[in-house]
Parts: sequence; C-alpha cells; structure tokens
Amino acid sequence: MDRPRAKQSPARAACDHLKQIGRAVARLAIAGTLTLPFLAVSTATIAHAQKQGGVLRVTHRDNPPSASIHEEATISTDMPFMAVFNNLVVFDPNSKQDRLDQIVPELATEWQWSADGRDLTFKLRDGVKWHDGKPFTSADVKCTWDIVSGKVDGKMRKNPRKPWFINLREITTNGDREVTFHLKDPQPSFLAMLAGGFSPVYPCHVPAAQMRTHPIGTGPFKFAEFRQNESIKLVRNPDYWKPGKPYLDGIEYTIIPNRATMVLALEAGKFDLSFTGELTPELVKDAQAQAPQLQCVVQPSNTQGNLVVNRDKPPFDDARIRKAMALAIDRKAFSDILSHGVDQIGGAMLPPPEGLWGWSPEFRETVPGYSADVEHSRAEGRKLMQEAGYGPDKPLQIKVSTRNIALYRDAAVILIDHLKSVYIQGELEPLDSSVWYARLARKDYTVGMNVQGTGIDDPDVMFFENYTCGSERNYTGYCNRDVEAMFHRQSMMTDIDARRKLVWEIDKTLQEDGARPVIYHEKGGTCWWPQVKGLKLAVNSIYNRWRFEDVWLDR
Amino acid sequence: MLSYVIRRLGLMVLTLFGVSIAIFLLLRIVPGNIADILFDSAGLVDPAEKAKIVHDLGLDQSLPVQYWHWISGLMQGDLGYSYVSEKPVAEEILPRIPITARLAGLALFFAVVTGVPLGVISAVKQNTWLDYVLRITSLSGLSLPSFWLGLLILMAFVHYFGSIPIYDRTPDSFGALVVMLGVPAAAVGFRSSALIMRLTRSSMLEVLRQDYVRTARSKGLPERAITFDHALRNAVLPVITVIGVETAFLFGGLIVTETVFNIPGVARFLVEAIRWRDYPMVQNLVMFIALVVVTVNLIVDLAYMLVDPRIRYGE
Repeated sequence: MDRPRAKQSPARAACDHLKQIGRAVARLAIAGTLTLPFLAVSTATIAHAQKQGGVLRVTHRDNPPSASIHEEATISTDMPFMAVFNNLVVFDPNSKQDRLDQIVPELATEWQWSADGRDLTFKLRDGVKWHDGKPFTSADVKCTWDIVSGKVDGKMRKNPRKPWFINLREITTNGDREVTFHLKDPQPSFLAMLAGGFSPVYPCHVPAAQMRTHPIGTGPFKFAEFRQNESIKLVRNPDYWKPGKPYLDGIEYTIIPNRATMVLALEAGKFDLSFTGELTPELVKDAQAQAPQLQCVVQPSNTQGNLVVNRDKPPFDDARIRKAMALAIDRKAFSDILSHGVDQIGGAMLPPPEGLWGWSPEFRETVPGYSADVEHSRAEGRKLMQEAGYGPDKPLQIKVSTRNIALYRDAAVILIDHLKSVYIQGELEPLDSSVWYARLARKDYTVGMNVQGTGIDDPDVMFFENYTCGSERNYTGYCNRDVEAMFHRQSMMTDIDARRKLVWEIDKTLQEDGARPVIYHEKGGTCWWPQVKGLKLAVNSIYNRWRFEDVWLDR
Repeated sequence: MLSYVIRRLGLMVLTLFGVSIAIFLLLRIVPGNIADILFDSAGLVDPAEKAKIVHDLGLDQSLPVQYWHWISGLMQGDLGYSYVSEKPVAEEILPRIPITARLAGLALFFAVVTGVPLGVISAVKQNTWLDYVLRITSLSGLSLPSFWLGLLILMAFVHYFGSIPIYDRTPDSFGALVVMLGVPAAAVGFRSSALIMRLTRSSMLEVLRQDYVRTARSKGLPERAITFDHALRNAVLPVITVIGVETAFLFGGLIVTETVFNIPGVARFLVEAIRWRDYPMVQNLVMFIALVVVTVNLIVDLAYMLVDPRIRYGE
C-alpha cells in the first residue's frame, strides 16, 4: 500500500520544479555534447553528397517559339527557360503533388491574406539581383502583373495567361520590399497561379523583345545561347541568392525533333534527361529494355483530348444531337488504342490519384456517358438521334476537323468510328496547324477533335480559361450563366473538401451539357540516367518543376 | 567563250528573278501566316493581338510593296529579320551553310569515289558475278529510303558501339568533321553513289563497243589504258551532268538526313522556317539554294569543255 504523500508548500514545489528543469538542461547538454559531432558529420555528409559541377544534357522536342515564358503556353518554352527565373512563390519541390496547401516562398519571404480574402501582400527578399546586375524590387512584380493582366501594354506579342488574372483589380507597392495584389473577389487559388512555372517575375527594365530572345531573370541559371532549331544553353548564376546553389555548371538542351533519334541518343547515353512527357508509354518500355539503368516515370502530361462541337451551327444547335455524340464515345477504347490503356478517363479536371480535383471512380460512374456499359449509352444516343430525325437510313453527315498531326488525327479517326454507332457519318478534315486555332477562334467548324493543355491542376484555371462565356479558349461557345456562377462560388471557397465536391458537380454539369466532352487525359514518359540526382517531378503537372537548382550530377 | 559566260550570267539573273517571284507568291498562297502559327503555340487567337503582329511585320501591306521591300533589301545585302528569332536573317543562315556544304561535299566525295570506279568495274566485268553484285547493290541504294537507312545505321551504332553518330557540337578539326559527318554523308551518299555507278556503267558499256576502243585494243594498248584513258574520258560526260544535279540536290534536299542525324543544316532549317511561315528566312534561303543550283549548272557546262575538247561554246 502506498504511503500518503505529504502536501508540498508552494515554495518547495517551485524549488523542485527548478531542480527538474536544471536536471533536464544538464541531460540535454550532455546529450548535445555527445550528438553534436555526429550531427556535424551528418551535415557534412549531406553537404558533400551534392556534387558541384557538370553540365546537364537534356533533349528538347522542338524549337521553342520564343524564350519568353509569359508569351507562350507551351512546355517547349517553359521547361528550358524556367531555370532562368524565380517566382514570388513556388509549389513545394519536395511535395509529390503541386497543390495549394503546399506552396513555399521564393522571391517573397512571406505572404498574408487580408481578412476579407481580397488582398494578398508579399514581403520581398532583400539583396536579389537580376542577371544584368540591377536590383530586384517590388516595381518588377507590379509591372510584370500589370502587363500579364493586360492593364499595361508591355509590347508582348501574345498574352495567353490574361484570363488567369481577370480577378486582379490592382497591384500596389509599399516601398521596394512589399507588394500587394488587390482582387475583386476572394480567390484562394490566386496563390497557386503565382506558384506555377508560367508565372515568373520579369524585370521591368528589359523590353519584351529582348525577353523573347535573351531573357534576363533572377534564377539559378543565366541564359547563354539559343540557336534556332539547334540548342539552348544556360550557365550557372554564380550570384544566385540561394548560397551554394545551383549545383550544376550549366544545362544544355539539344533540339531533336525526330523522336526515334532522340530515344536512340538517350539510350546511347548522349543525354542525361529526356524532354518531359515526350516518350510514349511504349517508348518508355522500349528504352528501359535497351538501357535497363534508365529511370523513367509515366505521368499525366496535363493534356486532354476533347470533342468540340459548334453549338451555334445547325443541326448542332440541337442539344439532343450534342448529347448523342457525347454518349457515343467509348473512352476506354480511346485509352486502349492510343496508349495501351495508360491514358486516364475523367472529366475536365485531372482524375485521381494524380489529380487533386478530378472525380472519384464512384462519382464518375454517375456521370452520363461514363458508365462502363457503353452499349447502353449508345442505345440512348441512338434514341436521341431518332428523335432529332436521323436513323440508319438517314445518317447525319459531318466533317470532323482536326490538326494534321498524329496526336490529333489518330484520336479523330477513332472518334469518327464511334460516332457511327449513333447514326453519324464523319469525314476527316485534317487542317494545317496554322489554320486550326484560327478556325476554332472564328467558330469556322462544325465538329472537331481537339487536344488542350492546362498549366496548373486547379479548377479556376480550367473553368475560367475554357468554359466562361466569351473566353478566347472557349472554342465551343458554351455559355451557361448558372454554371458560371458556380465557377465563382467554388473559386471563393477555402474549405478544400467542400470545394472539391462543388467542382465535381460543376464538372458533371459541363459533361452533361456537352460543353466540351472530355475523352481522355494523356500520359507521357520522362527518363533520366542514374547520375541525375535531386530531380523531383510532380505527379499532376509537367510545368512547374524545372528550376533545376537542386539537381546535381553524380558522374 | 567570254560572250557565252556573260550570256549565261545574264540568264542566271533572270532565273533568280523568276525564282524570287515564284517563292514570294507561293509562300503567300499557302494558308496561314506567322501570326497564326505564333498563336498556334499559345492555343488561342486574340484578334487584336494578331492584327498588331500582322501590322508590325508589315504583312498588311500590298504584295508589290512587300516584294519591293524584300528584293530592294536583298540587292543591298540586307536580308531582313527572322519573324521567329527576331535576329538578322544573315546571322541565322550563315552558320548553317558551312554545315550543309561540308555534309554535301563529303556525301558527293563518297558518291564519286565509290560510284565511278564501281561503275567502270561493273561495265568491264559485264555479266559476271561481280557485275551482278554491284548492280544489286546499286539498286538497293536507289530503293532504300534514306530515313530508314539512317535510322538503321543509328540503331546499329547504339547496339554495337554504344554511341550514336549525331551532330552534337561544332567540329574543331578536319578529323572531327569526318568523324561527325562521315556516317550521315555515307548514308546520303549511298543513293548518289548508286545513281552515278549505274550511269557510269551504262555509259561505259556504250563507249567500250565503239570502233576507236577496238582499234586501241588491236594496237595492243594495255587494257587499263584503254579503259581509263580512252573509254572513261568519253563516257564521263553524262556522269558529270549527274554529279552537277546531285550537288544541287544535296544542298537543298538533305532534310531527311539532317533530321535523322540531327544536323542543324540549311534543309532542316528551311523546312522549319516554312512551317513557321517565316517569310524572310524562307525567301532568302530559297534564293541561296537557287543561286547554288544555277552556279553549279554553269560550272558543269564549263567543265564539259575541259573534259571533251570537241565542245566549244559561242563559236
């Protein structure tokens, strides 16, 4: 039986407490003394693990239209030139997914939202210099987004990200080290848009024409040379604001348009890394069979194939015909034929597990046209066509327009075959790339097979860019004010789970309305040799991880 | 002779003028322009931005005005600026010409040093097993698509040697040049070699049956002297013509070889420039290739006189 304890006086208790603290400190000191040498060794090991030097040799698929990231919407520009720049914030390079709740500072040291969620203030990093030696200030941030949002004419040839920033009302600065983005409505995803590879900070003092040919940034690598159709060379920025980084002396991209040559050159060890997403799943298998040491990933390329129907042109102004077309699509067949089943099936948003906002498999089954029972959907489609006056003896004759490149053409041929199941006879109309988007923009088409990319896995980017009334990328002219109100509602939501549920409903409505029926989400492969270390790719975007400041070579 | 050369130079100028009109108009008949292509890469078209680009590049001016701007600049050595790279056209084109010239030169060298002797051997050894082997080889050279042959060579190199003979840097010596361009030159020269060999063979067969060859043989001349001093010299005229044609082809038609072996030469660059509707680049490159073709033709015509003294121009 335990003896009852005598009640302690407060003074005695305080004394005992101090003694305990003293003992704890002493234990910590002893432990620290013992472990410090090990910690030091460990730190030293880490520091030595990353070797300095070497030039990373990367293949490039084609000639980038220019070196100016803000003027382009292609990975051909984004991947090689992202390392020249910095953003205010970036998606955490250590996270597997690019996501809103995993964003870390870059040129900003911290940020803060106002209580009403309409003002986003960034404190900027001190001592950062542009590659030409001029200091980086808040004026650079302001002028970059004044130009990108279209408030100021920055002499850019094109401004593809203007729709991302329609909610941006104004940018103000407070001295050289603070900048505030004032929004019309609360928009948590605004931060994600600033964190993507397409949102670098540009220098105010360098004209747009020079940024297209000789970009100046604050990033870990300086632009050295861009030889058209030949190569792009970057060299280490010795004055980079992150001490000790980057590890590489430089990066050299060699433009190899011929895919067979590129794969052979990679297998032969002529290059360390392949252009992102450029290898088909079959080529990845082949490359790894020829060179088993190659490390490869097959991941979503943020591109999706979709059916575009001009809803203003009869008879496609009849919703029954548009719905019948959507019901005719066998998405699994597309995936099987085009990629041996690797391409994913989903709505507008990238499906899980890679995508953050796509439908769950259970929810997908509830969306018309997505059921595994394709024959049932097609029977429904045939019924709709018969109601519209078409049938086996009187099929609807259409032209299916598409870009005359394999990626588009192959999918269009499968689409034509599927449309036959609902009494639609299609004829392929391959169009030169130079006229494809012009025709889409003029709505000078009836039915088309389109492939489109999205910079960030975020509903705001997807919905506002492609489905709002009057948007330049809204090729089908879909306009539903009720749905648009839902776009705005989800955009203002801070609870991610609640927002995701609303996004699923919006996506379902878009597919039911036949706004732009999504057929498949493409996947592509990227391979590198084991000597490439520190390369961390995101599973849900190919656009945001090309700073290369943590990459090193272990030759 | 001098009057002939002057007349030919005049014709060259006329030909180049015709080419300049043709390429200028053809480019504008093709649908789309640089503004369309620039927006193609961005996946959208903003009509206001597009109109601005068209205006800034002077593409909204009338065709005669556009032509005059180009041709008057060309006369003064100003080739204009590339629409894509926004650099002077000369700065873009000039580094590529030596690359293609070296590749074409090596390919032609390979074609001639293999094609002519093998053609002679094939003719002299007519209907023997050696003749059959050479004829089958030459037929293969004409039949095999060069992209297929090129890829096959690359695959073989990767498999057996673990390396790949593609152009990855500017060669700093003649040896490095031969190493880097030797394989692609052989791949592309194989076709030309086959053509030259077949022509040499048929031409030699005809000459070897001539009376003067029989006479030379009856006089007891050695067979080697008959073949090379008497027969080949008379048989080589059509071969020179073909060599001229092949030279012109090799300068502008190496697109497949340049693509497969990733050589940043004129032909690949020209095709890319056409894709981008980079008018200044395409127009000036085509004019350059046309200049090479007409010059080579003139040289071939003049070479006839050296080979065959019976030929005299302007008399």
